[in-house]
Amino acid sequence: MSLYVEVIKNGNGKGEPEHFTINMGPHHPSTHGVLRLVLELDGETIVKCDPRIGYLHRGVEKLAEHLNYNQTIVLSDRLDYIASAANNIAFCLAFEKLLGITPPRRARLIRTIVNEMARISSHLLWLATHALDIGAMTVFLYCFRDREWLLSIFEKVCGARLTHSYVRVGGVRLDFTQEIIDELRRFTEEFPQRILDYETLIDVNRIWLKRTRDVAVVDAETAINLGLTGPVLRGSGVPYDVRKFRPYDAYDEVEFEVPVGERGDTYDRYKVRMKELRQSNWIIKQCLDKLKEVEGEPVLAEEAPDLLLPSRVREPEPKPHPKKGFVFTGKELPVVPPGEAFASIESPKGELAVYVVSDGGPNPWRLRIRTPSFVHISAIPELAKGHMIADLVAIIGTLDVVLGDCDR
Amino acid sequence: MGIEGTVEVGKDIRQIPGTPVFITPLDKLFNWARAGSLWPLTFGLACCAIEMMATGASHFDLDRFGIIFRASPRQADAIIIAGTVTKKMAPIVRRVYDQMPEPKYVIAMGSCACSGGVFRTYSVVQGADEFLPVDVYIPGCPPRPEALIYGLVQLQEKIKKESGRWGFWR
Amino acid sequence: MGLLEIAMDLLAELREKFPKVVLEVLEKDALTIVCRREGSLELISYLKEKGFKHLIDLCGVDYQGYKSEKKPERFEVVYHLYNLDEKKLIRVKVLIPENDAWQYSVTGLWKTANWFERECYDMLGIVFKGHPDLRRLLMPEDWEGYPLRKDYPLFLTEENEWKGYKEFLASVRGAK
Repeated sequence: MSLYVEVIKNGNGKGEPEHFTINMGPHHPSTHGVLRLVLELDGETIVKCDPRIGYLHRGVEKLAEHLNYNQTIVLSDRLDYIASAANNIAFCLAFEKLLGITPPRRARLIRTIVNEMARISSHLLWLATHALDIGAMTVFLYCFRDREWLLSIFEKVCGARLTHSYVRVGGVRLDFTQEIIDELRRFTEEFPQRILDYETLIDVNRIWLKRTRDVAVVDAETAINLGLTGPVLRGSGVPYDVRKFRPYDAYDEVEFEVPVGERGDTYDRYKVRMKELRQSNWIIKQCLDKLKEVEGEPVLAEEAPDLLLPSRVREPEPKPHPKKGFVFTGKELPVVPPGEAFASIESPKGELAVYVVSDGGPNPWRLRIRTPSFVHISAIPELAKGHMIADLVAIIGTLDVVLGDCDR
Repeated sequence: MGIEGTVEVGKDIRQIPGTPVFITPLDKLFNWARAGSLWPLTFGLACCAIEMMATGASHFDLDRFGIIFRASPRQADAIIIAGTVTKKMAPIVRRVYDQMPEPKYVIAMGSCACSGGVFRTYSVVQGADEFLPVDVYIPGCPPRPEALIYGLVQLQEKIKKESGRWGFWR
Repeated sequence: MGLLEIAMDLLAELREKFPKVVLEVLEKDALTIVCRREGSLELISYLKEKGFKHLIDLCGVDYQGYKSEKKPERFEVVYHLYNLDEKKLIRVKVLIPENDAWQYSVTGLWKTANWFERECYDMLGIVFKGHPDLRRLLMPEDWEGYPLRKDYPLFLTEENEWKGYKEFLASVRGAK
């Protein structure tokens, strides 16, 4: 079969309408990566859609079995590369559950901030590309301008723009400096106005409404059955948010609302994400205030293990400062206990779950990553049925898929 | 050079005094045009594609260099391999490359495209140069937009030094 | 209060209804039910009726050479189910023997299980009976072996390289 765009006629010769099989991707500018869709069309209406994935399958799950726990955090960056911090947190939560450590409060607050920053930057990129796919160029430029600001803050935090590896088992790598806190405050003051700008551009834009209203409608029951999570599920009116249902980090001490949609169409999902941007902004503000209460406290748990080397015995040496990150603690190495742990977080795209099995050795025995994009792409055939081929781009956009996240 | 009565106004460029006529090798003219409007293909594979987008967007603004992303390989001069190339994807990357008209250039962006990066696994191609002639390698995971711009400028420098890549026989 | 006490009623019910299926109930980080393959589909559909409507995850684990504990069978298929109303998480582990690696498909209960099971088949070679369209998902269709099995190498040397890629390289290098 051809891999590039090719049209095959398969009329059955019985006078029934002819269906066309057409191939979209993997190199297509608006499939958000290397997604390939084999479409069966009746005219311009999609009769059947068969997504083919695996063009970015890098074997992360297998590779993780050959690396030790801290090294896998680096791999997690490259899954959902738009919101690396959220992936780091999911991995670390699972490992912490396995080891039985709780990070100190300051670290948990910082993680919450970083997670929400990742959410904002992910939603901004989603809005930019979604709008670009539907035909609004200006939103793309606006969103990237503000995302750049956020990335520069990330750079001050950990030195990287996209792949942070900032969150570590037992806390975070470095403390926030006053400069970062000030910059974040300025950002949170300014950002609501920016959201208003985007909404002014597209909220009541006639083209936007025509392209998004009543496209890919999912009711609540079907959405749960399809496994949809995150803003897509909330757009259908189910208030399932892992941050509220199984709070992790500092989400049990901050206030926020879980916005839900009514109709469950593309426009509702857009509205949910826009409201989420405001909620994230609010959460960051609250966490920044709370950071004052824990000024000067460590950001890495005392018992955070040094998992760098696989050996179990260490010579005793003076205990270094916990703020310095993963240095040899000099204690006898706490071995990762055998067992299993499951942790899930609300990543910007949906529920990201990590299931780790340990055999007591330095490497995970099995590291299973349940990613939202994988499930969302599996739902495309259901959502796309009966829609026009032009709507497919809107559907892929509204699900907010990242292929690195999907193929792993 | 000894062309009678002309004045050298730049390196290898001579002007006939009093007229708007310049004399220069055809190579230089072609290379100048090619380097000045390098159109790369919008072809993102993985993480690096996000940085590639950021480079093209408002903050870093690649348009300043005459670099505009094209969505079709038929109209592109360069292809930026932005991300991990898997064995399943490699034939498609090659096919897209084959569709581009000559002269064409390849930039391997990021560690994965240069050498496979951290992903030394069963499904990842260990570097795009296994099946493509790469002109510029940009290391980094992912490279910063500045690094990509530097890589593109290096490619422009390379294009300016070429000779004989024109004519119907190419 | 431990997880076992919270879910006492549910567990008693399950033990009563499926005495031959439930092998073990463990209190790990989540409530874990280890069960036999035969009858596991009924158990899972019963759990779905009881409100565990959200299938978070379905995955397979290969325990070949697992040191810290003696595992009765080589493979396990692990389901993570979530009750959205009562906010409860439950983990169901189904034991799969090595030379007869199959499991009942739950695609009839959840549409989302379709791709999870295809991935599990692709990566571990566990066949799901009753699956409407069991093909390879992530790897190319003519790929040999199941990458996530413990006896599969992490990196393929030139001898055991996928033949599709070999052919591709030969065609490219020949054309140059």
